[in-house]
Amino acid sequence: MQNHILSIILFTPLVGAILLLFVPKENKEAIRWIANIFALGGFLISLPLVPAFWVVRAEPGFKFVEGVANNWIPSIGAGYVLGIDGISFLLIMLTTLLGWISILSSWTAIENRVKEYYVWFLVLQTGMLGVFMALDFFLFFVFWEAMLVPMYLLIGIWGGPRKLYAAIKFFLYTLAGSVLMLLGILFLYFHHHSLTGVYTFGLQALYETAPKIYSDPAYGPTIATLLFLSFFFAFAIKVPMFPFHTWLPDAHVEAPTAGSVILAGVLLKMGTYGFIRFSLPFFPDVLHHGSTRFWIMVLSVIAIIYGALVSLMQKDMKKLVAYSSVSHLGFCTLGIFALSPLGLSGSVLQQINHGISTGALFLIVGILYERRHTREISEYGGISNVMPVYATITMIMFLSSMGLPLLNGFVGEFTILGGTFLQKDIAGHPGWVWTAWAVPGVVLAAAYLLWLYQRVFFGTVTNPKNEKLHDLTPREVATFVPLLIMAFWIGLYPKPFFQILDQPTRDLAAVVNRETPKSESTAEAATEMPAAPAAMTAVPSAGVSSKNLPAATRPSAHTPAASTAPAKGKN
Amino acid sequence: MVWTDYLLALPITLLVLFALGILLIDFMLPRDMKWANAVTAFIGVCFSAAGVYKIQAWMGKDSPAVGGMLNTMVVDPFSIYFFYLFLAGTAIAILMSVRYLETENENHGEYYALMLLSVAGMMCMASGFDIVLIFIGLELMAISTYVLVGFLRRDKRSNEAALKYLLLGAFSSGIFAYGLSLIYGLTGSTNLAVIRQQMMHRAFDPQYRPVAIIALATTLTGLLFKVAAIPFHQWAPDAYEGAPTSITGFMSVAVKAAGWAMLLRILLIGLAPMRSVWVPMLVFVSIATMTGANFAALTQTNTKRLLAYSSIAHVGYMLLGLIAGTVTEPNADGIKGILIYLLVYTFMNLGAFAVITSLRHRNVAGDDLDDLNGLYSRAPVEAVLMLVFMLSLAGIPPLAGFWGKYFIFLSLISTGHYVLAALGVLYSVFGLYYYLKIANAMFMREAEKGEEKLPVSLAMRAALALTGLATLYIGILPNRFIEIVNWALGIAQQASVAKVIH
Repeated sequence: MQNHILSIILFTPLVGAILLLFVPKENKEAIRWIANIFALGGFLISLPLVPAFWVVRAEPGFKFVEGVANNWIPSIGAGYVLGIDGISFLLIMLTTLLGWISILSSWTAIENRVKEYYVWFLVLQTGMLGVFMALDFFLFFVFWEAMLVPMYLLIGIWGGPRKLYAAIKFFLYTLAGSVLMLLGILFLYFHHHSLTGVYTFGLQALYETAPKIYSDPAYGPTIATLLFLSFFFAFAIKVPMFPFHTWLPDAHVEAPTAGSVILAGVLLKMGTYGFIRFSLPFFPDVLHHGSTRFWIMVLSVIAIIYGALVSLMQKDMKKLVAYSSVSHLGFCTLGIFALSPLGLSGSVLQQINHGISTGALFLIVGILYERRHTREISEYGGISNVMPVYATITMIMFLSSMGLPLLNGFVGEFTILGGTFLQKDIAGHPGWVWTAWAVPGVVLAAAYLLWLYQRVFFGTVTNPKNEKLHDLTPREVATFVPLLIMAFWIGLYPKPFFQILDQPTRDLAAVVNRETPKSESTAEAATEMPAAPAAMTAVPSAGVSSKNLPAATRPSAHTPAASTAPAKGKN
Repeated sequence: MVWTDYLLALPITLLVLFALGILLIDFMLPRDMKWANAVTAFIGVCFSAAGVYKIQAWMGKDSPAVGGMLNTMVVDPFSIYFFYLFLAGTAIAILMSVRYLETENENHGEYYALMLLSVAGMMCMASGFDIVLIFIGLELMAISTYVLVGFLRRDKRSNEAALKYLLLGAFSSGIFAYGLSLIYGLTGSTNLAVIRQQMMHRAFDPQYRPVAIIALATTLTGLLFKVAAIPFHQWAPDAYEGAPTSITGFMSVAVKAAGWAMLLRILLIGLAPMRSVWVPMLVFVSIATMTGANFAALTQTNTKRLLAYSSIAHVGYMLLGLIAGTVTEPNADGIKGILIYLLVYTFMNLGAFAVITSLRHRNVAGDDLDDLNGLYSRAPVEAVLMLVFMLSLAGIPPLAGFWGKYFIFLSLISTGHYVLAALGVLYSVFGLYYYLKIANAMFMREAEKGEEKLPVSLAMRAALALTGLATLYIGILPNRFIEIVNWALGIAQQASVAKVIH
């Protein structure tokens, strides 16, 4: 039996968006209510996934798979195939939660062109969910690209003074990365065909053939490394890793609050998710040989330190939070490329944490901005006197973001650093060396956040304009409650999260760290390879795997090139 | 003349009859009934399409190509595909023209008659298997278009554009004819299949090789001029800007598609043996086209001019599909990419021009980038459709334009042209910038001339709905269209075409 829960979660926001099109745009209250109902509904609908997933968490491979390979565009071998594992499960839950919170937080912030705003926001939500669910490379790429459009409009229409510049920069940067990825995808597609005779974009099929490129005499390490880089640029720009991060501060500063929350909370995670889902299992050998991994680790460390240092000297609160994202995401990439199960678990958990804490930080900045229309730190001071509830929530979120024990940030960072520390050899250096370089980032995080807190909240109210600020409304408190609950939950009892991440990260680490003898003939490789990444490719239920089987062996409808078979193409 | 000859010429004959009919009826129509000309032309297009369908049904699945008129024309799935494409483009262009001609106060029957005649010329180009017929078709199309470009008699820009287009077009036709005459001298035949056979020996015979190369270069110049590839593109921005907007749209899709049909026929059949010579030339032209057009488009402030450069840039991408392949054989995916590109381009580019056409009313020319400012508040549906067309032109999935680029890059990757592929995709990112300029103007700038609603005629609404739906539908569910193109790609099996001719 096919389970359609993923499709339902995926398309709920889109249904809301389509419904909104039929509401007259003058009726702002109705639009807000409908958008919020669908956003909350999208979150509630994703909740049944939690117990359902919990039951099957230890099973290998992807769960809740729906759709068969090549069922969407048979003539090129693209399929509508969805499925999740522990990693994407957590990210999907984060997306539905943050999507709801951002839409709730926009209630008073967005006053003009309300209808469009919510329509684009809900479309964006579907695009992001699709990225995390797609098990077909083509489907993934479509969601990956399509999601840029609503984000571009959100920044460009409802953004700050330099919105046009920021929106175009965001779009062009991410597109430049992803078109190179498209070429990489096409290469893998042809490579798969040359080995198996089947044209398909199915992820599970490509998992088997892509790692062979490295040891294939026809291509070899250079091509494999170039391919790795074509994916790397797409994901690194999205994360963003140093030195591809320059779009981020602009986009964040200009975006409306909810846009920033989604941008930091979910969009950046697509980059790290891409590394985990594609780069690692596709090109394990590239990471183990040559200097690629070394440079990625170096870039991660630079991002951690540089992001933190730049945060320290920001005068604009939002820009400070934006640069802190660069630093935090540096930890995530560090954990990923440590290639240990522990590092990977920590990295995914830290991604969730970053979504919670940084999402909350952007909401916090947004609340002050909505009241005072400035984000200059020097404009504020002594805010805790006039807004005590706000100050308390801010304190908790700052502590969570800087990684104080008992709150979520600590668990993630500690696991990443532990996972890195324990690796004996990362790109020619022992793991503790990398850890040592990364640790100052934690200290600096405390510095820039506490200093910010001191300047904004402590002391007496110096600026007369701040004396009349009113504290949080119930709606605003409601946006923070789920985030606070999650922050404490992960901080106090992270065990369930690690249990969910245990299976996928161990499988992934096993695939990535599998020893491949360097001098194997291709004939041997062809017989040996399918068994090796079985952990990644196995499908849980027998029903699904038997459905997938004929698809993999089905002859493709793709027209053969005229040069190879001129007679066959004639019909 | 046998019975099949009449059948094969049926769509062309119908078009010519309707064109003459319009000229006659036009005399009798009072001034406020001129819309009847558009209706007649539209019916003519529908009849012609029915004629094409008749041929298609008669051919069945078994005989993929039929020669007729003493083997000067061949009707195969490739021709039929292009027939439908021309007719679809023309039908939409007619819908766009109705209100526009009234606004310009140039509502004459010749306009539609010339349109139909130029389509008749295009059909000769697409189905021509004899360089004489191809040339005649080309001239019929070109001369009709020259007049259409200058149709706004009272508009200086239109006159200037028509004159430029006429002079450069005649010049290039001359060069083209010179190339064709050299080919005839070399091979002793005007039939493409015979030319192909003769060229196999002659092109590599040291005695004839210099002549063969000159023949190729001059022919190629003529062909590249018609599709507006750099360095033979100078006419395009001026002609596009000056022509009536509906004609700009018509030229950018139907005329261009006809140029491509002719180019593919000549290069893939007649001059196929010289592939090793023309591929390097096309590599140069393609890179020059992508570079020049994308850079030139960046600074344009006139929407029609911007779209002219964008359409030149698209020619650069399409040429890549011809380059993909080995030294002797083209890659089927590349040719498929070109055909799909022309299909999706017909809808998305006509759609874009339809939106610009609808901006023309009373005293507003409507073709300045600033005229798009705040379009969203004045006409939300048009603005969203324009956004769809722009993103589709930029090649963002899941919109139709993506599929053209997809197959082109697919063919480049599969034949190992990695550098060209990387260059192509990076230029497409570049292209996004100027398409977003239009989106920015519509969505993120305020309208200068108040919030008045934009009046859109019923025919224009139909054109917009058609193009918009097609762009979305082909984008999301392209499978059917890919199969149609596979079917049309009889041209990939040149051997079978040549066999039918003898």
